[in-house]
Amino acid sequence: MKTLVIPLVLLGTIVPAVAPADGPARWLLEGVLGLLVVASVTGWVMSRRVTTEAGRKTVQNMNVRIRAWWFMAALFGLALFIGRIGTTVLSGLISFLALREFITLTPTRPGDHQSLFWVFFVITPLQYYLVAVEWYGLAIIMIPVYAFMFIPIRSALQGDVKQFLERTAKVQWGLMVCVYCVSHAPMLLSLDIPGYGGQNAKLLFWFVLVTQLSDVLQWIWGKSLGKHKIAPQVSPNKTWEGFIGGIASATVIGAALWWATPFTPAQAGAMALVVTLIGFGGGLVMSAIKRDRGVKDYGTVIEGHGGVMDRIDSLCFAAPVFFHLTRYWFTT
Amino acid sequence: MLRWTLVGLSRLVSGARARWVGCEPHPRQRIYFANHTSHLDTLVLWSALPSSLRPLTRPVAARDYWGATAPRRFLAERIFNAVLIDRAPTDPLVNPVAEMLQAMGHRHSLIIFPEGTRNSTPEPGTFKGGLYYLARERSDVELVPVFMENLNRILPKGSFLPVPLLGGVTIGAPIRLDASEEKADFLARARAAVLALHST
Repeated sequence: MKTLVIPLVLLGTIVPAVAPADGPARWLLEGVLGLLVVASVTGWVMSRRVTTEAGRKTVQNMNVRIRAWWFMAALFGLALFIGRIGTTVLSGLISFLALREFITLTPTRPGDHQSLFWVFFVITPLQYYLVAVEWYGLAIIMIPVYAFMFIPIRSALQGDVKQFLERTAKVQWGLMVCVYCVSHAPMLLSLDIPGYGGQNAKLLFWFVLVTQLSDVLQWIWGKSLGKHKIAPQVSPNKTWEGFIGGIASATVIGAALWWATPFTPAQAGAMALVVTLIGFGGGLVMSAIKRDRGVKDYGTVIEGHGGVMDRIDSLCFAAPVFFHLTRYWFTT
Repeated sequence: MLRWTLVGLSRLVSGARARWVGCEPHPRQRIYFANHTSHLDTLVLWSALPSSLRPLTRPVAARDYWGATAPRRFLAERIFNAVLIDRAPTDPLVNPVAEMLQAMGHRHSLIIFPEGTRNSTPEPGTFKGGLYYLARERSDVELVPVFMENLNRILPKGSFLPVPLLGGVTIGAPIRLDASEEKADFLARARAAVLALHST
Protein backbone atom coordinates (compact mmCIF):
# COMPACT_ATOMS: atom_id res chain seq x y z
CA MET A 1 0.00 0.00 0.00
CA LYS A 2 2.95 2.29 0.73
CA THR A 3 3.54 2.19 -3.01
CA LEU A 4 0.50 4.36 -3.56
CA VAL A 5 0.03 6.27 -0.33
CA ILE A 6 3.35 8.12 -0.18
CA PRO A 7 3.05 9.39 -3.79
CA LEU A 8 -0.50 10.57 -3.15
CA VAL A 9 0.54 12.51 -0.06
CA LEU A 10 3.47 14.09 -1.90
CA LEU A 11 1.29 14.85 -4.91
CA GLY A 12 -1.03 16.69 -2.56
CA THR A 13 1.83 18.87 -1.39
CA ILE A 14 3.36 19.51 -4.80
CA VAL A 15 0.26 20.43 -6.79
CA PRO A 16 -0.61 23.57 -4.79
CA ALA A 17 3.00 24.68 -5.16
CA VAL A 18 2.93 24.17 -8.92
CA ALA A 19 -0.40 25.83 -9.54
CA PRO A 20 0.78 29.45 -9.61
CA ALA A 21 3.73 28.69 -11.93
CA ASP A 22 3.54 29.17 -15.65
CA GLY A 23 5.58 28.44 -18.76
CA PRO A 24 8.52 26.04 -18.86
CA ALA A 25 8.80 25.55 -15.09
CA ARG A 26 5.24 24.33 -14.98
CA TRP A 27 5.63 22.05 -18.00
CA LEU A 28 8.71 20.47 -16.45
CA LEU A 29 6.98 19.77 -13.17
CA GLU A 30 3.79 18.55 -14.78
CA GLY A 31 5.79 16.25 -17.02
CA VAL A 32 7.67 14.82 -14.06
CA LEU A 33 4.52 14.41 -12.01
CA GLY A 34 2.75 12.69 -14.88
CA LEU A 35 5.71 10.35 -15.29
CA LEU A 36 5.76 9.55 -11.59
CA VAL A 37 2.04 8.89 -11.46
CA VAL A 38 2.40 6.45 -14.35
CA ALA A 39 5.43 4.85 -12.66
CA SER A 40 3.67 4.47 -9.33
CA VAL A 41 0.56 2.95 -10.84
CA THR A 42 2.68 0.58 -12.95
CA GLY A 43 4.70 -0.39 -9.88
CA TRP A 44 1.55 -1.01 -7.91
CA VAL A 45 -0.03 -3.14 -10.63
CA MET A 46 3.21 -5.11 -11.04
CA SER A 47 3.49 -5.72 -7.31
CA ARG A 48 0.07 -7.40 -7.42
CA ARG A 49 0.80 -9.49 -10.49
CA VAL A 50 4.30 -10.69 -9.74
CA THR A 51 4.58 -14.36 -8.87
CA THR A 52 8.25 -15.44 -8.79
CA GLU A 53 10.61 -14.63 -5.95
CA ALA A 54 13.16 -12.95 -8.25
CA GLY A 55 10.39 -10.94 -9.86
CA ARG A 56 9.16 -9.80 -6.46
CA LYS A 57 12.66 -8.56 -5.61
CA THR A 58 12.89 -6.58 -8.84
CA VAL A 59 9.46 -5.02 -8.40
CA GLN A 60 10.21 -4.19 -4.78
CA ASN A 61 13.46 -2.55 -5.80
CA MET A 62 11.62 -0.59 -8.48
CA ASN A 63 8.99 0.61 -6.03
CA VAL A 64 11.64 1.75 -3.56
CA ARG A 65 13.23 3.77 -6.35
CA ILE A 66 9.90 5.27 -7.40
CA ARG A 67 9.22 6.35 -3.83
CA ALA A 68 12.64 7.96 -3.63
CA TRP A 69 11.97 9.88 -6.85
CA TRP A 70 8.75 11.23 -5.45
CA PHE A 71 10.73 12.68 -2.61
CA MET A 72 13.36 14.08 -4.97
CA ALA A 73 10.71 15.52 -7.28
CA ALA A 74 9.03 17.16 -4.29
CA LEU A 75 12.39 18.47 -3.08
CA PHE A 76 13.74 19.82 -6.34
CA GLY A 77 10.28 20.88 -7.54
CA LEU A 78 10.15 22.92 -4.38
CA ALA A 79 13.47 24.46 -5.44
CA LEU A 80 11.62 26.15 -8.30
CA PHE A 81 9.59 28.09 -5.77
CA ILE A 82 11.54 28.53 -2.57
CA GLY A 83 14.39 30.42 -4.12
CA ARG A 84 18.14 30.18 -3.86
CA ILE A 85 18.53 30.24 -0.08
CA GLY A 86 15.84 27.64 0.47
CA THR A 87 17.40 25.36 -2.11
CA THR A 88 20.82 25.81 -0.53
CA VAL A 89 19.44 24.81 2.87
CA LEU A 90 17.71 21.75 1.39
CA SER A 91 20.90 20.69 -0.39
CA GLY A 92 22.78 21.11 2.87
CA LEU A 93 20.33 18.73 4.48
CA ILE A 94 20.85 16.18 1.71
CA SER A 95 24.63 16.49 2.18
CA PHE A 96 24.22 15.95 5.91
CA LEU A 97 22.15 12.78 5.44
CA ALA A 98 24.47 11.42 2.75
CA LEU A 99 27.59 12.13 4.82
CA ARG A 100 25.99 10.43 7.79
CA GLU A 101 25.43 7.28 5.74
CA PHE A 102 28.93 7.46 4.30
CA ILE A 103 30.71 7.84 7.65
CA THR A 104 28.48 5.23 9.30
CA LEU A 105 29.66 2.77 6.68
CA THR A 106 33.30 3.78 7.04
CA PRO A 107 35.15 2.41 10.04
CA THR A 108 36.60 5.22 12.11
CA ARG A 109 38.35 5.07 15.45
CA PRO A 110 37.64 6.92 18.68
CA GLY A 111 40.53 9.24 17.77
CA ASP A 112 38.44 10.59 14.87
CA HIS A 113 35.58 11.64 17.06
CA GLN A 114 36.57 15.27 17.43
CA SER A 115 37.35 15.63 13.72
CA LEU A 116 33.99 14.13 12.85
CA PHE A 117 32.26 16.58 15.12
CA TRP A 118 33.93 19.40 13.16
CA VAL A 119 33.08 17.77 9.85
CA PHE A 120 29.36 17.50 10.64
CA PHE A 121 28.73 20.63 12.63
CA VAL A 122 31.27 23.17 11.37
CA ILE A 123 32.69 22.31 7.95
CA THR A 124 29.41 21.17 6.33
CA PRO A 125 27.36 24.18 7.48
CA LEU A 126 30.26 26.49 6.61
CA GLN A 127 30.39 25.16 3.04
CA TYR A 128 26.68 25.85 2.57
CA TYR A 129 27.04 29.24 4.22
CA LEU A 130 29.70 30.13 1.64
CA VAL A 131 27.35 28.94 -1.12
CA ALA A 132 24.47 30.95 0.35
CA VAL A 133 26.47 34.20 0.51
CA GLU A 134 27.91 33.49 -2.95
CA TRP A 135 31.53 33.59 -1.77
CA TYR A 136 32.54 31.55 -4.80
CA GLY A 137 36.32 31.85 -4.41
CA LEU A 138 36.31 30.35 -0.93
CA ALA A 139 33.46 27.87 -1.53
CA ILE A 140 35.50 26.01 -4.13
CA ILE A 141 38.69 25.73 -2.08
CA MET A 142 37.50 25.51 1.52
CA ILE A 143 37.06 21.70 1.62
CA PRO A 144 39.75 20.63 -0.88
CA VAL A 145 42.41 22.85 0.72
CA TYR A 146 41.57 24.01 4.23
CA ALA A 147 39.49 21.07 5.49
CA PHE A 148 42.12 18.85 3.89
CA MET A 149 44.73 20.31 6.24
CA PHE A 150 42.54 20.87 9.26
CA ILE A 151 41.13 17.34 9.65
CA PRO A 152 44.48 15.52 9.91
CA ILE A 153 45.76 18.20 12.28
CA ARG A 154 42.77 17.72 14.55
CA SER A 155 43.10 13.92 14.38
CA ALA A 156 46.85 14.06 15.03
CA LEU A 157 46.25 16.15 18.14
CA GLN A 158 44.02 13.32 19.33
CA GLY A 159 47.11 11.10 19.28
CA ASP A 160 45.82 7.90 17.67
CA VAL A 161 48.26 6.92 14.90
CA LYS A 162 46.77 3.60 13.91
CA GLN A 163 45.77 3.61 10.20
CA PHE A 164 46.12 7.37 10.36
CA LEU A 165 46.42 8.06 6.64
CA GLU A 166 43.59 5.69 5.79
CA ARG A 167 41.20 7.20 8.31
CA THR A 168 41.99 10.77 7.34
CA ALA A 169 41.58 9.93 3.66
CA LYS A 170 38.18 8.38 4.28
CA VAL A 171 36.83 11.36 6.16
CA GLN A 172 38.17 13.76 3.54
CA TRP A 173 36.68 11.64 0.78
CA GLY A 174 33.28 11.61 2.44
CA LEU A 175 33.40 15.38 2.73
CA MET A 176 34.39 15.81 -0.91
CA VAL A 177 31.67 13.56 -2.30
CA CYS A 178 28.79 14.22 0.05
CA VAL A 179 29.32 17.89 0.79
CA TYR A 180 31.66 19.57 -1.66
CA CYS A 181 30.31 17.92 -4.81
CA VAL A 182 26.65 18.17 -3.83
CA SER A 183 27.06 21.86 -2.94
CA HIS A 184 27.74 22.58 -6.62
CA ALA A 185 24.06 21.91 -7.34
CA PRO A 186 22.76 24.97 -5.44
CA MET A 187 25.77 26.94 -6.74
CA LEU A 188 24.14 26.67 -10.17
CA LEU A 189 21.56 29.15 -8.90
CA SER A 190 24.22 31.82 -8.49
CA LEU A 191 25.48 31.68 -12.07
CA ASP A 192 24.90 34.83 -14.09
CA ILE A 193 23.81 33.54 -17.50
CA PRO A 194 22.99 36.28 -20.05
CA GLY A 195 19.36 36.16 -21.18
CA TYR A 196 18.50 33.59 -18.52
CA GLY A 197 18.29 35.84 -15.43
CA GLY A 198 16.12 34.58 -12.60
CA GLN A 199 15.52 31.25 -14.31
CA ASN A 200 18.43 29.20 -12.94
CA ALA A 201 16.16 26.98 -10.85
CA LYS A 202 14.96 25.42 -14.11
CA LEU A 203 18.56 24.61 -15.01
CA LEU A 204 19.00 22.85 -11.67
CA PHE A 205 15.76 20.96 -12.20
CA TRP A 206 16.85 19.95 -15.71
CA PHE A 207 20.19 18.74 -14.39
CA VAL A 208 18.68 16.62 -11.61
CA LEU A 209 16.04 15.27 -13.98
CA VAL A 210 18.60 14.22 -16.59
CA THR A 211 20.92 12.48 -14.10
CA GLN A 212 18.04 10.67 -12.43
CA LEU A 213 16.41 9.69 -15.73
CA SER A 214 19.74 8.37 -16.91
CA ASP A 215 19.93 6.17 -13.79
CA VAL A 216 16.46 4.78 -14.26
CA LEU A 217 16.81 4.34 -18.03
CA GLN A 218 20.09 2.48 -17.58
CA TRP A 219 18.32 0.26 -15.10
CA ILE A 220 15.34 -0.36 -17.40
CA TRP A 221 17.51 -1.01 -20.49
CA GLY A 222 19.75 -3.26 -18.42
CA LYS A 223 16.86 -5.24 -16.98
CA SER A 224 15.25 -5.78 -20.36
CA LEU A 225 18.23 -6.25 -22.70
CA GLY A 226 21.30 -6.45 -20.49
CA LYS A 227 23.74 -9.29 -21.24
CA HIS A 228 27.33 -8.07 -21.27
CA LYS A 229 28.48 -6.92 -17.87
CA ILE A 230 30.77 -3.90 -17.66
CA ALA A 231 32.37 -4.55 -14.28
CA PRO A 232 30.86 -7.69 -12.75
CA GLN A 233 33.03 -7.48 -9.61
CA VAL A 234 31.84 -3.98 -8.89
CA SER A 235 28.22 -3.91 -9.92
CA PRO A 236 26.62 -7.00 -11.46
CA ASN A 237 23.64 -4.91 -12.58
CA LYS A 238 25.59 -2.63 -14.89
CA THR A 239 25.67 -3.91 -18.46
CA TRP A 240 26.84 -2.44 -21.75
CA GLU A 241 23.30 -2.63 -23.10
CA GLY A 242 21.94 -0.71 -20.10
CA PHE A 243 24.81 1.77 -20.27
CA ILE A 244 24.47 2.58 -23.97
CA GLY A 245 20.67 2.51 -24.03
CA GLY A 246 20.33 4.54 -20.85
CA ILE A 247 22.91 7.19 -21.73
CA ALA A 248 21.60 7.54 -25.27
CA SER A 249 17.96 7.88 -24.26
CA ALA A 250 18.74 10.27 -21.39
CA THR A 251 20.81 12.38 -23.81
CA VAL A 252 17.91 12.52 -26.26
CA ILE A 253 15.50 13.54 -23.49
CA GLY A 254 17.99 16.14 -22.22
CA ALA A 255 18.23 17.62 -25.72
CA ALA A 256 14.45 17.53 -26.14
CA LEU A 257 14.08 19.57 -22.95
CA TRP A 258 16.45 22.28 -24.22
CA TRP A 259 13.66 24.89 -23.90
CA ALA A 260 14.01 24.79 -20.12
CA THR A 261 17.74 25.64 -20.31
CA PRO A 262 19.90 28.44 -21.69
CA PHE A 263 21.30 25.92 -24.22
CA THR A 264 20.46 25.19 -27.87
CA PRO A 265 19.13 21.65 -28.49
CA ALA A 266 22.60 20.48 -29.59
CA GLN A 267 24.28 22.07 -26.56
CA ALA A 268 21.65 20.58 -24.25
CA GLY A 269 22.28 17.15 -25.78
CA ALA A 270 26.05 17.51 -25.35
CA MET A 271 25.62 18.64 -21.74
CA ALA A 272 23.27 15.74 -21.04
CA LEU A 273 25.79 13.32 -22.53
CA VAL A 274 28.66 14.59 -20.38
CA VAL A 275 26.53 14.71 -17.25
CA THR A 276 25.18 11.19 -17.70
CA LEU A 277 28.64 9.76 -18.46
CA ILE A 278 30.16 11.28 -15.34
CA GLY A 279 27.07 10.22 -13.41
CA PHE A 280 27.57 6.66 -14.56
CA GLY A 281 31.15 6.84 -13.30
CA GLY A 282 29.93 8.14 -9.95
CA GLY A 283 27.51 5.25 -9.58
CA LEU A 284 30.28 2.79 -10.41
CA VAL A 285 32.68 4.28 -7.85
CA MET A 286 30.04 4.27 -5.11
CA SER A 287 29.24 0.64 -5.93
CA ALA A 288 32.91 -0.22 -5.56
CA ILE A 289 32.99 1.37 -2.12
CA LYS A 290 29.83 -0.46 -1.08
CA ARG A 291 31.22 -3.80 -2.32
CA ASP A 292 34.42 -3.19 -0.42
CA ARG A 293 32.44 -2.63 2.77
CA GLY A 294 30.30 -5.68 2.04
CA VAL A 295 26.94 -3.98 1.65
CA LYS A 296 24.67 -3.75 -1.34
CA ASP A 297 23.01 -0.44 -0.57
CA TYR A 298 23.74 2.43 1.78
CA GLY A 299 20.09 2.16 2.70
CA THR A 300 20.66 -1.25 4.26
CA VAL A 301 23.55 -0.20 6.49
CA ILE A 302 21.02 0.42 9.22
CA GLU A 303 17.60 -0.93 8.42
CA GLY A 304 14.82 1.57 7.99
CA HIS A 305 17.01 4.38 6.70
CA GLY A 306 16.54 5.96 3.36
CA GLY A 307 19.71 5.28 1.44
CA VAL A 308 20.13 8.89 0.32
CA MET A 309 23.57 8.00 -0.99
CA ASP A 310 22.14 5.28 -3.26
CA ARG A 311 20.03 7.84 -5.10
CA ILE A 312 22.46 10.72 -5.38
CA ASP A 313 25.72 8.92 -6.22
CA SER A 314 25.58 9.89 -9.89
CA LEU A 315 24.47 13.41 -9.04
CA CYS A 316 27.47 13.89 -6.72
CA PHE A 317 29.95 13.31 -9.51
CA ALA A 318 28.01 15.12 -12.19
CA ALA A 319 27.25 18.33 -10.27
CA PRO A 320 30.74 19.93 -10.23
CA VAL A 321 31.35 19.05 -13.88
CA PHE A 322 28.02 20.46 -14.99
CA PHE A 323 28.60 23.56 -12.87
CA HIS A 324 32.04 24.24 -14.34
CA LEU A 325 31.01 23.60 -17.94
CA THR A 326 28.05 25.94 -17.59
CA ARG A 327 30.13 28.54 -15.81
CA TYR A 328 32.95 28.42 -18.35
CA TRP A 329 30.89 28.44 -21.54
CA PHE A 330 27.68 30.25 -20.66
CA THR A 331 28.41 32.98 -18.14
CA THR A 332 29.96 36.35 -18.77
CA MET B 1 6.41 17.48 26.59
CA LEU B 2 10.06 17.30 27.63
CA ARG B 3 9.79 13.54 27.35
CA TRP B 4 8.62 13.71 23.74
CA THR B 5 11.32 16.21 22.88
CA LEU B 6 13.97 13.92 24.32
CA VAL B 7 12.63 10.86 22.54
CA GLY B 8 12.46 12.79 19.25
CA LEU B 9 15.95 14.21 19.72
CA SER B 10 17.38 10.82 20.57
CA ARG B 11 15.85 9.24 17.49
CA LEU B 12 17.07 12.13 15.33
CA VAL B 13 20.66 12.20 16.61
CA SER B 14 21.20 8.46 16.72
CA GLY B 15 18.81 7.56 13.92
CA ALA B 16 18.10 4.57 16.13
CA ARG B 17 14.97 2.61 15.62
CA ALA B 18 14.33 -0.70 17.26
CA ARG B 19 14.58 -3.79 15.06
CA TRP B 20 12.60 -6.53 16.71
CA VAL B 21 14.21 -9.63 15.22
CA GLY B 22 13.58 -12.16 18.00
CA CYS B 23 10.35 -11.03 19.62
CA GLU B 24 7.56 -8.50 19.32
CA PRO B 25 6.94 -5.46 21.51
CA HIS B 26 4.70 -6.63 24.33
CA PRO B 27 3.73 -5.20 27.74
CA ARG B 28 4.57 -8.45 29.56
CA GLN B 29 7.37 -8.18 32.11
CA ARG B 30 10.77 -8.37 30.56
CA ILE B 31 14.39 -7.64 31.36
CA TYR B 32 16.13 -6.10 28.38
CA PHE B 33 19.89 -6.53 28.70
CA ALA B 34 22.31 -4.78 26.36
CA ASN B 35 25.96 -4.02 25.71
CA HIS B 36 27.03 -0.69 27.15
CA THR B 37 29.29 1.66 25.21
CA SER B 38 27.88 5.15 25.61
CA HIS B 39 26.00 7.43 27.98
CA LEU B 40 23.40 7.56 25.25
CA ASP B 41 22.56 3.86 25.57
CA THR B 42 19.91 4.29 28.25
CA LEU B 43 18.20 7.15 26.44
CA VAL B 44 18.42 5.55 23.01
CA LEU B 45 17.20 2.10 24.02
CA TRP B 46 14.38 3.55 26.07
CA SER B 47 13.41 5.95 23.23
CA ALA B 48 13.46 3.15 20.69
CA LEU B 49 10.66 1.32 22.54
CA PRO B 50 7.08 1.99 21.43
CA SER B 51 5.48 4.78 23.45
CA SER B 52 3.05 2.34 25.08
CA LEU B 53 5.93 0.36 26.59
CA ARG B 54 8.03 3.28 27.76
CA PRO B 55 6.08 4.03 30.96
CA LEU B 56 6.28 0.34 31.85
CA THR B 57 10.00 0.02 31.27
CA ARG B 58 12.48 1.25 33.87
CA PRO B 59 16.18 1.58 33.06
CA VAL B 60 18.56 0.55 35.82
CA ALA B 61 21.19 3.26 36.18
CA ALA B 62 24.26 3.88 38.31
CA ARG B 63 23.54 6.23 41.18
CA ASP B 64 27.11 7.59 41.16
CA TYR B 65 26.56 8.96 37.64
CA TRP B 66 22.84 9.60 37.22
CA GLY B 67 22.35 10.82 40.74
CA ALA B 68 25.43 13.06 40.78
CA THR B 69 23.90 16.33 39.55
CA ALA B 70 20.41 17.79 39.71
CA PRO B 71 19.71 17.71 35.92
CA ARG B 72 20.86 14.10 35.65
CA ARG B 73 18.79 13.11 38.64
CA PHE B 74 15.80 14.90 37.14
CA LEU B 75 16.23 13.03 33.84
CA ALA B 76 16.69 9.70 35.55
CA GLU B 77 13.87 9.98 38.05
CA ARG B 78 11.28 12.09 36.31
CA ILE B 79 11.75 11.20 32.67
CA PHE B 80 12.95 7.61 32.55
CA ASN B 81 11.57 6.57 35.92
CA ALA B 82 14.98 4.95 36.36
CA VAL B 83 16.02 2.63 39.15
CA LEU B 84 19.16 4.15 40.65
CA ILE B 85 21.47 1.62 42.25
CA ASP B 86 24.90 1.65 43.85
CA ARG B 87 27.47 -0.09 41.71
CA ALA B 88 29.74 -0.68 44.70
CA PRO B 89 27.55 -0.66 47.78
CA THR B 90 29.50 0.15 50.95
CA ASP B 91 26.61 -0.79 53.17
CA PRO B 92 26.35 -4.61 53.28
CA LEU B 93 22.62 -4.31 53.93
CA VAL B 94 22.06 -2.68 50.55
CA ASN B 95 21.43 -5.31 47.90
CA PRO B 96 21.15 -3.97 44.34
CA VAL B 97 19.40 -7.11 43.11
CA ALA B 98 16.73 -6.80 45.78
CA GLU B 99 16.26 -3.15 44.82
CA MET B 100 15.80 -4.08 41.19
CA LEU B 101 13.34 -6.83 42.04
CA GLN B 102 11.38 -4.44 44.18
CA ALA B 103 11.38 -1.83 41.41
CA MET B 104 9.97 -4.34 38.96
CA GLY B 105 7.12 -5.46 41.10
CA HIS B 106 4.61 -7.28 38.98
CA ARG B 107 4.18 -4.58 36.41
CA HIS B 108 7.44 -3.08 35.21
CA SER B 109 10.12 -4.25 32.83
CA LEU B 110 13.78 -3.36 33.32
CA ILE B 111 16.62 -2.25 31.07
CA ILE B 112 19.99 -3.34 32.40
CA PHE B 113 23.56 -3.18 31.16
CA PRO B 114 25.13 -6.26 32.74
CA GLU B 115 28.71 -5.15 32.09
CA GLY B 116 28.14 -2.62 34.85
CA THR B 117 30.17 0.04 33.08
CA ARG B 118 30.69 1.46 29.64
CA ASN B 119 33.05 -0.42 27.40
CA SER B 120 35.24 1.32 24.85
CA THR B 121 34.88 -1.44 22.26
CA PRO B 122 31.63 -2.55 20.60
CA GLU B 123 32.15 -6.08 21.96
CA PRO B 124 30.75 -6.36 25.45
CA GLY B 125 33.03 -7.18 28.36
CA THR B 126 32.19 -9.94 30.82
CA PHE B 127 28.76 -9.73 32.38
CA LYS B 128 28.41 -9.21 36.09
CA GLY B 129 26.25 -11.48 38.19
CA GLY B 130 23.18 -9.26 38.56
CA LEU B 131 21.44 -10.67 35.52
CA TYR B 132 21.89 -14.19 36.86
CA TYR B 133 20.37 -13.40 40.26
CA LEU B 134 17.46 -11.60 38.62
CA ALA B 135 16.86 -14.56 36.34
CA ARG B 136 16.97 -16.96 39.30
CA GLU B 137 14.51 -14.96 41.37
CA ARG B 138 12.10 -14.19 38.55
CA SER B 139 11.94 -17.18 36.22
CA ASP B 140 8.59 -15.88 34.91
CA VAL B 141 10.21 -12.84 33.31
CA GLU B 142 11.51 -12.87 29.73
CA LEU B 143 15.20 -12.06 29.40
CA VAL B 144 15.61 -10.18 26.13
CA PRO B 145 19.08 -9.55 24.64
CA VAL B 146 19.62 -6.20 22.93
CA PHE B 147 22.55 -5.11 20.79
CA MET B 148 23.35 -1.40 20.65
CA GLU B 149 25.22 -0.62 17.45
CA ASN B 150 27.42 2.38 16.71
CA LEU B 151 26.44 4.23 19.87
CA ASN B 152 30.10 4.12 20.88
CA ARG B 153 30.86 6.06 17.71
CA ILE B 154 28.05 8.57 18.25
CA LEU B 155 29.07 9.44 21.80
CA PRO B 156 32.11 7.44 22.92
CA LYS B 157 33.29 7.13 26.47
CA GLY B 158 35.05 10.29 27.51
CA SER B 159 33.42 12.59 24.97
CA PHE B 160 30.82 15.31 25.42
CA LEU B 161 29.97 16.01 21.79
CA PRO B 162 27.82 13.61 19.80
CA VAL B 163 28.45 12.87 16.13
CA PRO B 164 25.22 12.11 14.27
CA LEU B 165 25.99 8.70 12.80
CA LEU B 166 23.34 6.07 12.31
CA GLY B 167 22.87 3.85 15.32
CA GLY B 168 20.94 0.66 15.68
CA VAL B 169 19.01 -1.13 18.40
CA THR B 170 18.51 -4.82 17.64
CA ILE B 171 16.22 -6.75 19.95
CA GLY B 172 16.65 -10.52 19.96
CA ALA B 173 14.84 -13.64 21.10
CA PRO B 174 14.31 -14.09 24.87
CA ILE B 175 16.59 -16.51 26.72
CA ARG B 176 15.93 -18.43 29.94
CA LEU B 177 18.00 -19.66 32.83
CA ASP B 178 18.14 -23.46 32.72
CA ALA B 179 17.44 -25.18 36.00
CA SER B 180 20.87 -26.75 36.26
CA GLU B 181 22.88 -23.94 34.67
CA GLU B 182 25.90 -22.52 36.51
CA LYS B 183 26.20 -18.77 36.97
CA ALA B 184 29.26 -18.37 34.77
CA ASP B 185 27.77 -20.49 31.97
CA PHE B 186 24.55 -18.54 32.00
CA LEU B 187 26.34 -15.17 31.92
CA ALA B 188 28.54 -16.32 29.05
CA ARG B 189 25.47 -17.49 27.16
CA ALA B 190 23.68 -14.18 27.80
CA ARG B 191 26.69 -12.26 26.53
CA ALA B 192 26.83 -14.47 23.44
CA ALA B 193 23.13 -13.80 22.82
CA VAL B 194 23.82 -10.06 22.73
CA LEU B 195 26.87 -10.49 20.53
CA ALA B 196 25.00 -12.77 18.11
CA LEU B 197 22.71 -9.85 17.24
CA HIS B 198 25.68 -7.91 15.91
CA SER B 199 25.46 -9.26 12.40
CA THR B 200 21.78 -10.04 12.03
